[in-house]
Amino acid sequence: MIPTHYYFVLSIILFFLGIVAFFVKKDLVTMFLAVEVMLNAANLALVAFARSAADVDGQIIIFFIITVAAAEAAIGLAIILHIYRRKKTIKTEDINLLKG
Amino acid sequence: MAHILFFLLAILCIGAIAGFILSRNQAYSALFVILAFVCTAGLFAMADAPFVAVVQIIIYAGAIMVLFIFVIMMIDIKKGLSPEKKRWITAASVGLGLILLLELLFAVKKIPGGAAAESLGAPSRLGEVLFTKYLYPFEITSVLIIAALVGAMVLMKKQENE
Repeated sequence: MIPTHYYFVLSIILFFLGIVAFFVKKDLVTMFLAVEVMLNAANLALVAFARSAADVDGQIIIFFIITVAAAEAAIGLAIILHIYRRKKTIKTEDINLLKG
Repeated sequence: MAHILFFLLAILCIGAIAGFILSRNQAYSALFVILAFVCTAGLFAMADAPFVAVVQIIIYAGAIMVLFIFVIMMIDIKKGLSPEKKRWITAASVGLGLILLLELLFAVKKIPGGAAAESLGAPSRLGEVLFTKYLYPFEITSVLIIAALVGAMVLMKKQENE
């Protein structure tokens, strides 16, 4: 039986690495992947909470998170492809239309 | 035993994310993230959530990441994969396939005849809660998916004035 706080520590490390990846990377697809990594870290924490509370609700919430992540991936990737079609680039430094 | 497995999966997961950050190639980044998701699925299975682990592999590592790889394929990346086929990759894939085969055979041998023990994340219990307590959120999720589907199709439609 693994202690619950091990899961929390791992979840926090994964979330941190996701944030680092989000800020280090320079293209939209990889930044989007970093968001998925962060969602996954949150899922890990939810599973650990569900086990420590002996309640199945935390696992149900993960299904909703995965569904929302799938919808988000479909829309986000469609937007990225649209940007690529218009500007022929997905590098964030080239997408500066709103820059003051 | 469980601790060793946990630390093995945790280190593999963190290492995969580190590889994702350090990798310059987008396709390799996506593959590293898939590895991290599979490791997380193993951790889910160890935390009394076997059904969530299966969903994680099928939906996340399967469907969503394939979508990402399709988009990476459509976008022209400057540095592509090297064209020559490496021999050790073939050997490694054959080895991994054999391991999977052995695992599946082992799993088939271990299927119990009687009713399975009721654990926390058993699919029957999950389904019961999902279709009673969370029935309305479940139904609203279908509206969300329809909205995402229609939105993605409208976004990708060719516009005449472009």
